[in-house]
Amino acid sequence: MSYQIPKFRHPDLPVNDLGYTRADYEGSISTLCAGCGHDSISGAIVRACHELSIEPHKIAKLSGIGCSSKSPTYFLGKSHGFNSVHGRMPSVVTGAAMANRDLLYLGVSGDGDTASIGMGQFAHVARRNLNMVYIVMNNGCYGLTKGQDSATADEGSVSKKGDANIYSAIDLCATALQMGATFVARSFSGDKEQLVPLIKAATRHRGFAFIDVVSPCVTFNNNPGSTKSYEFVREHAEATGTVDFVPMQKEITTDYEAGFSHEVTLHDGSSIHLYKMEENLDPFDRTSALISMEKHRVAGDILTGLIYMDKDSRDLHDVMETSSRPLNTLGAEDLCPGNQMLKNINASLR
Amino acid sequence: MKPTDIQDPEYFHKVVDCQYACPAHTPVPEYIRLIAAERYTDAYMVNWQSNVFPGVLGRTCDRPCEPACRRGRIEDEPVAICRLKRVAADNKDDITHLLPQIPSEKNGKRIALIGAGPASLTVARDLAPLGYSIDVYDNQFAGGGMMRSQIPSFRLPEEVLNEEVNYILDMDINATFDIQVDSLKEVLAKGYDAVFVGTGAPKGKGLNLPGLEEAAEHVHLGIDWLASVAFEHTHEIQQKVLVLGGGNTAMDCCRTSMRLGGKDVRVVVRSPFEDMKASPWEKEDAMHEGIPIYNNHVPKEFVLEDGEFKGMHFEKVEAVYDENGKRKLVPTDEPLVFMEADVVLMAIGQENSFPWIERDLNIDFDKWDMPVVDPVTFQSTNEKVFFGGDAAFGPENVITAVAHGHQAAISIDLYCRGEAVSDRPAPGVTLASQKMGVHEWSYDNAVENDPRYIVPLAPLEKTLADRKMEVELGFDRATGFKEAERCLNCDVQTVFEETRCIECDACVDICPTDCITFTVKSEEDDLRTRLTAPARNLSQDLYVSDVLPTSRVMVKDENVCLHCGLCAERCPTSAWDMQKFLYNVTKAGL
Repeated sequence: MSYQIPKFRHPDLPVNDLGYTRADYEGSISTLCAGCGHDSISGAIVRACHELSIEPHKIAKLSGIGCSSKSPTYFLGKSHGFNSVHGRMPSVVTGAAMANRDLLYLGVSGDGDTASIGMGQFAHVARRNLNMVYIVMNNGCYGLTKGQDSATADEGSVSKKGDANIYSAIDLCATALQMGATFVARSFSGDKEQLVPLIKAATRHRGFAFIDVVSPCVTFNNNPGSTKSYEFVREHAEATGTVDFVPMQKEITTDYEAGFSHEVTLHDGSSIHLYKMEENLDPFDRTSALISMEKHRVAGDILTGLIYMDKDSRDLHDVMETSSRPLNTLGAEDLCPGNQMLKNINASLR
Repeated sequence: MKPTDIQDPEYFHKVVDCQYACPAHTPVPEYIRLIAAERYTDAYMVNWQSNVFPGVLGRTCDRPCEPACRRGRIEDEPVAICRLKRVAADNKDDITHLLPQIPSEKNGKRIALIGAGPASLTVARDLAPLGYSIDVYDNQFAGGGMMRSQIPSFRLPEEVLNEEVNYILDMDINATFDIQVDSLKEVLAKGYDAVFVGTGAPKGKGLNLPGLEEAAEHVHLGIDWLASVAFEHTHEIQQKVLVLGGGNTAMDCCRTSMRLGGKDVRVVVRSPFEDMKASPWEKEDAMHEGIPIYNNHVPKEFVLEDGEFKGMHFEKVEAVYDENGKRKLVPTDEPLVFMEADVVLMAIGQENSFPWIERDLNIDFDKWDMPVVDPVTFQSTNEKVFFGGDAAFGPENVITAVAHGHQAAISIDLYCRGEAVSDRPAPGVTLASQKMGVHEWSYDNAVENDPRYIVPLAPLEKTLADRKMEVELGFDRATGFKEAERCLNCDVQTVFEETRCIECDACVDICPTDCITFTVKSEEDDLRTRLTAPARNLSQDLYVSDVLPTSRVMVKDENVCLHCGLCAERCPTSAWDMQKFLYNVTKAGL
């Protein structure tokens, strides 16, 4: 068994604007099961961050407990990391984000960590529209404890043991939407062409960006009858459309067919191009998004792609009118502005 | 692009870059693993089967394998394949019991080998165990050919050469030395069933410049001079020596001169330094011994004063390349450069010479007066006469001569058995999984990061004082192990079984060198532009699978694959497997 990735890399690896190759965004070698969907999601995160030329030290990756939550070790080895308590990742991100708004917060969680023990924290972080990317690596089972059905397992889905799940499933995208998330997407670990642009767009969205990624558990939940197996997802995935993320600096060279595409400009000037395939979905309308998802759920399909986005999202910093600078950059003069300032404030309240 | 046919042995053979580049196709990674396992005798025998002179080649080979080595494409330096071969030779036990048995009862066929160099000895090695009666004729006092006369002892000690030559001569070979064969007709008249000509390219080229006639006694042909040193006819040289030429013979001439009393020894070459024919390490060795190399100097004339030889004039030139990369040496119009000299050694090339082959023996000669020889069978237009080594197609090197010898032996055996010489035997090929358990392989798949190790040298003052003292000390066992660990095991192939693949991307994500892509099928030119990492090395193949359930194909660029096995370790369904591919060129009679 290999414990290390060889140091040699392809000599012609492309470098990004910072002069880094994709290898500079990798982490340690994965200890997850061979073929785990989570590793592909890690790969997609590496690709997205490399292609966006994000400085590794400007990223904080945070997670809870579970197979999914181990994965931050396997990507972005030069970024900040925090492996928190089961289901409590949102609290830790909230604290970190409030203290330092300059970092990109990448929360990684699983279906157990989010939909069971962390459900309360998940609901509130979405409601507060914290500026973060929240990725759920959703395999519908508890892989670390030998594959029991999780709260996102579909009713009737058969696990490796052979029993059909008797409970109804929590749809995390629907929950996120109802709780007030301002960016909601679903994807599949086996489809990087879709996943990478979604992650890129999510990193540039100001507010709570949620991506539910179906990620097959090859060891406990990749069998016939499972609705989270590679084969089932490939057969039943219906994309809302394709998403193309265009960074601010890059010239748009593709011709977009009028009527089928939307261009959305993000806060930093970059844009998302959305080619619609799902006719009845308006991804900028929460009601439309909910209806579309429900229709596909009833039909037994998995709706993937960008499902909802609030173009005018105001994140927690905006609504709380917090300091525009990270707290660690505030000096004594900022924190103790002096007697005169106190007098002015008191006077303004008289 | 069609799915790759891995049933074709040449596909995986080409992936083993070193073996593919070797004229004799020695299974390099196989013997390097044996060296790492301290099985030196086994490593030696793998070599001996394939290249016949592991001890000689481990010191003197032209190493076509090393520029081909994959390691040179992922970092600065290839594996020191050649010097690892020497580690096997230096550390082996007695091998005589492992040599083939020679039948005392012969098969009734008589073969004459003319010349006792590497090509002829290889033919003898392959045919003697089959029961052929073999007569060898050579004009030197012992076997080895140019390995004896041209390669100085400080690069190849006589004991090493004698040992490996004698393994063959002891195979009941009837060798006649110190005999000049003057007539092929006479040899044929002796009723041999086949004759092999392995007489090398024995004629040194000279430069007929003004003043040569007067200076003649101060001017020698390099290869003849080296031979006279080797045969102990020449023991000294004057102080000021000019060596003309930029090949390995020039390097041997200048270094030998330093050992026979030369004080101001210079190599003067027409071409730019980079274009010199000598192997880079031979140039380094010469310069390490304090010998300057003057490039871009074209010899113009021998200079004499009052009938006394003084030196030579050279014209300075510069290389100009046209749009096709063709080189032209253009004079710089500077005044001629004068260099003092007591003696000049001309090492500007050598050529074939067949005055002893009568032209009425049905052996066709081409317009360059070279025999017409089939490049596969090595048969001449006289079906009884075969050529090999430098005698066949002009000067090459020892390993090429060995490769020729093996093929000529196959032809001679087929011919003597009345079979078609064009009916070549297929290579012996095995492909076997190296899986020992989950994530366990029977080869050492971890990739070592160490840079190439340097072979230690004996102190300069000692080696320059003794012509016979070997300069290179060779790797010791510990360093040999470390250098062996640098080998990437390119013969352990990544074999893909598409029916097992669930397209989870695990292999794509883990591959350290981004070799693997799953994408839509198309033509090779297009595919090469759409892979995870650019596939610009057109000399390296793409391994393409059949169409997968998502209607994509797996494409693997073989170029910088580390053969680390991570794709197979991370594959949940064993669609990838690491399988050892052993390719052996079939020898005569097998």
